[in-house]
Amino acid sequence: MKPKFAMYWAASCGGCEIAVLNTHEKILDVDANFDVVFWPVAMDAKYKDVEAMEDGSILLTLFNGSIRNDENEHIAKLLRQKSKILVAFGSCACEGCIPGLANLSPVGDIVHTAFNTLTTDNPHQIYPRTSFDVPEGELHIPKLEKVLRPLDHVVDVDYYMPGCPPESHQIAAVIDLVIKVVKGEAELPPKGATIGVGNSTVCDECPRARNVKTIREFKRIQDIAPVDPNLCLLEQGIPCNGPATCSGCNARCPNAGAQCIGCYGPAQGVMDYGARLITAFSSVIDATEPQEIERILDGIPDPIGQVYRFNLAGSLLKANRNAFKS
Amino acid sequence: MTERVGVYVCHCGSNIAGVVDVVDVANWAAEKLGRRGVIIARDYKFMCSSLGQELIEKDIKELGLTRIVVAACSPHLHEKTFRIAAKNAGLNPYLVELASIREQVSWVHTDKAVATAKAKAVVSGAVSRVIENQALEEIKVPINPNTLIVGGGIAGIQAALEIANAGFHVYLVEREPSIGGHMSQFDKTFPTLDCSACILTPRMVEAGTHPNITLLTWSEVTKVTGYVGNFNVTIKKKARFVNEELCTGCGICQEKCPKKVIDEVYEAGLGYRKAVYTPFAQAVPNFPVMDKENCTYFIKGTCKACEKFCPTGAIDFKQEDQLINLDVGNVILATGYDLFDARRVRNDGYGRLPNVFTSLEFERLSNAAGPTNGNIVLRDGKSTPKSVGIIHCVGSRDRNFNNYCSVICCMQGLKFAHLVHERTGATVYNFYIDMRTAYKAYDEFYQRVLEEGTLFVRGKVAEVTDAARNEREKGKLIIQVEDTLASKQRRIPVDMVILSSGLQPRRDSKDVGKLFGISCSTDGWFTEKHPKLDPVATMTEGIFIAGCAQGPKDIPSSVAQGAAASARVLDKILQKEVALEPVRASVDKATCSGCRICNGLCPFNAISFIEDDQVTEINPALCQGCGTCVAACPAGAISGTGFSNEQIIAQIDGLLMKNLEMV
Repeated sequence: MKPKFAMYWAASCGGCEIAVLNTHEKILDVDANFDVVFWPVAMDAKYKDVEAMEDGSILLTLFNGSIRNDENEHIAKLLRQKSKILVAFGSCACEGCIPGLANLSPVGDIVHTAFNTLTTDNPHQIYPRTSFDVPEGELHIPKLEKVLRPLDHVVDVDYYMPGCPPESHQIAAVIDLVIKVVKGEAELPPKGATIGVGNSTVCDECPRARNVKTIREFKRIQDIAPVDPNLCLLEQGIPCNGPATCSGCNARCPNAGAQCIGCYGPAQGVMDYGARLITAFSSVIDATEPQEIERILDGIPDPIGQVYRFNLAGSLLKANRNAFKS
Repeated sequence: MTERVGVYVCHCGSNIAGVVDVVDVANWAAEKLGRRGVIIARDYKFMCSSLGQELIEKDIKELGLTRIVVAACSPHLHEKTFRIAAKNAGLNPYLVELASIREQVSWVHTDKAVATAKAKAVVSGAVSRVIENQALEEIKVPINPNTLIVGGGIAGIQAALEIANAGFHVYLVEREPSIGGHMSQFDKTFPTLDCSACILTPRMVEAGTHPNITLLTWSEVTKVTGYVGNFNVTIKKKARFVNEELCTGCGICQEKCPKKVIDEVYEAGLGYRKAVYTPFAQAVPNFPVMDKENCTYFIKGTCKACEKFCPTGAIDFKQEDQLINLDVGNVILATGYDLFDARRVRNDGYGRLPNVFTSLEFERLSNAAGPTNGNIVLRDGKSTPKSVGIIHCVGSRDRNFNNYCSVICCMQGLKFAHLVHERTGATVYNFYIDMRTAYKAYDEFYQRVLEEGTLFVRGKVAEVTDAARNEREKGKLIIQVEDTLASKQRRIPVDMVILSSGLQPRRDSKDVGKLFGISCSTDGWFTEKHPKLDPVATMTEGIFIAGCAQGPKDIPSSVAQGAAASARVLDKILQKEVALEPVRASVDKATCSGCRICNGLCPFNAISFIEDDQVTEINPALCQGCGTCVAACPAGAISGTGFSNEQIIAQIDGLLMKNLEMV
């Protein structure tokens, strides 16, 4: 009997699923070696089917998306119960990712923005409700929680695989590894490890030349012409998150001429990605007068979006105080 | 392995126990922190006493403790004490952690319940942290036996001679053309009325000729790197335009120089010097310097009289500033003081009323080698005053200027009174707030001046004015004062007013402090390591302070501090090596991506980049463990021993009482 495999999406965009499919023929290896028991995007299945499974009967679950509502939380707990190996798959599950930026606002404000802005046609001021009576009975939709949480704030996680989405070659490598483990040809990494990554930062994989840095001005990349194709982007004043970001993507963005935005999350040994990055940026500012320092830092128009784009929910701060209070 | 932690809560007499319920803290730690490894918690009256230390040593041996937390004062005070105690009992000293419940708790709170709760949190943090501490070994580095002394006043000269006489080399750097400092400008010294020059110049000559002293006058320190035992300093030797190898100090250049300049520094603006000059006859070294701003040759391109007449061809108009690089083991800063600018006290009239003099001007007037050959005369240069008012506390003990007492002004004022009395027979008034003569033979001098007939008025002078109200006041300076003993306003007409100005930190003391990595008080005096027990050391090891740079003081105290600082330096030199705290940063080469963010940050130049491997490296001998690079490294590839992420996070968790059953 083949070991069982599951994949689930919670609060996410679906990009992680695409990345799995993007492994091309490698996906056939999954089918050849695993019995896929639950994968809403690829096959039909009901929650009650999962509930009926024996505890620990699924060998590997790739869980993508973060915990935004009570349904997400319920399935996370359910899959934890049913799985031997639970992987936080992709940036949302690992550290909250883009949806985590919603933690800057109280949940009421988010709903208000979504249902009552100029671009929304809502003449009767209808807002979503968690339950609604229809002739057939009572309908329920999941309740939004006050803050978004990464997977490991809700359940115990065995491995983390970051990336927005994880690179297909890294997914393929992880699939290969698990198959080898199943065949008894390899050992699993220690619990809690981050998998499918390099052991350094994006700079390690970036081919651009680097010098001692001094920054007199931060600029958006579109405001610089021409961008030197061979020189470190940070040295050109472009706030590049590469120095703090875990390697593993082959420095895709800097190779393509764009700055790293940090989707692979903190390098190992970094506790709070944004705090690290802001200290690193501040360290290389070439100014001593407070006003000049302010001016240079003002070159980063959205500091939270810059340094916490992918990991606000997983950071030490987690969320805005007002969001917690809501 | 589970650590076995001992917690020791100090009463510090009533310092801590008066505000914190220390018994409760100890009992709580034993009960609530047991799960984290606390197996014993005690309270004791004075943990730092030998009995307190023995308590810890005994528990380490008998209970097999592997970690110690002492909840007491700041680590600045007694961390070393308890580390030594642990070492004596066979435990690595870096497995001891101090929880500051005095400076951070009992001294800053009054509510006992709140203070006790906070003390528990601080202890909890320290327990969590100490478990993550690692056994470290001290790093030994050799001490360079050479010493740099900055400032060639009496404190610096004294320190230099002590060290040089002990057989070690000293570089004595002085900003002015000659050593001697303020003392060389004085006429007499209180209370014995010794001639200042007579007692100072032999010391200057001794320093100038001592084989172990290299004098670097007309020079300033511009850069300092390194650490105790191994400082590297860069000194800018300003161009003198006189070749010191050839100059004999004969003085012909000064005699022949046609350009006269008002001497604002040494003669306090009362006399002239030439454009090429030595500040005074007994200057050491006696090579002159050329004042480029005023030299006719530098202004107009012709003259060169000095060059023509110099018998040894020592004048060198092409000389340039020179940068000298030195390695030294220790530094003494004896940079002295600036005189308070009496112009700032507008009511006292200095700069507006000609016959108001500053204390330094009076020193020059009364000095036999000064511009008037020691005749005390009014600004016209000939009239002798018949009445003189001496105003104390000018710029000191005044919340408009400086709050502190400048220490020397009372005695200085009394000395002036005596000199005026002796040389002119004038009637002398001293206006004082409080008379402070607290030192050996000082009050006797006060009695002597009283007996000489000097009149004393207790009260702060409101105004010095020349606006006469009657015939008696006409042509005089009138001192308006509230006589607080007689409880009435008085107007006292005098011919001359002397302002006993206070002392101020050097204008650039904060920059100098920054250069050498030491701090200044809010006033700008250098901060000593301990105000009572360590007055000449600073928080930066290997940097010592002496004389007025540390705070206002008289000559005997400056000399004593110079000697004290030199004793501290000799102690370091004779130890031959120094044990450095093993708190160092290191780079994990596997995780370093070579982003080079840290490369320009190290204040000690300990960071270098290895091009071949594209990684950064830290030289442990140069690293001082300041943590700048640790904080800056975006990859988390640099860690600091003693301050690891694990330790810091554990301490925060502990402070926040995480995972405790009860808060």
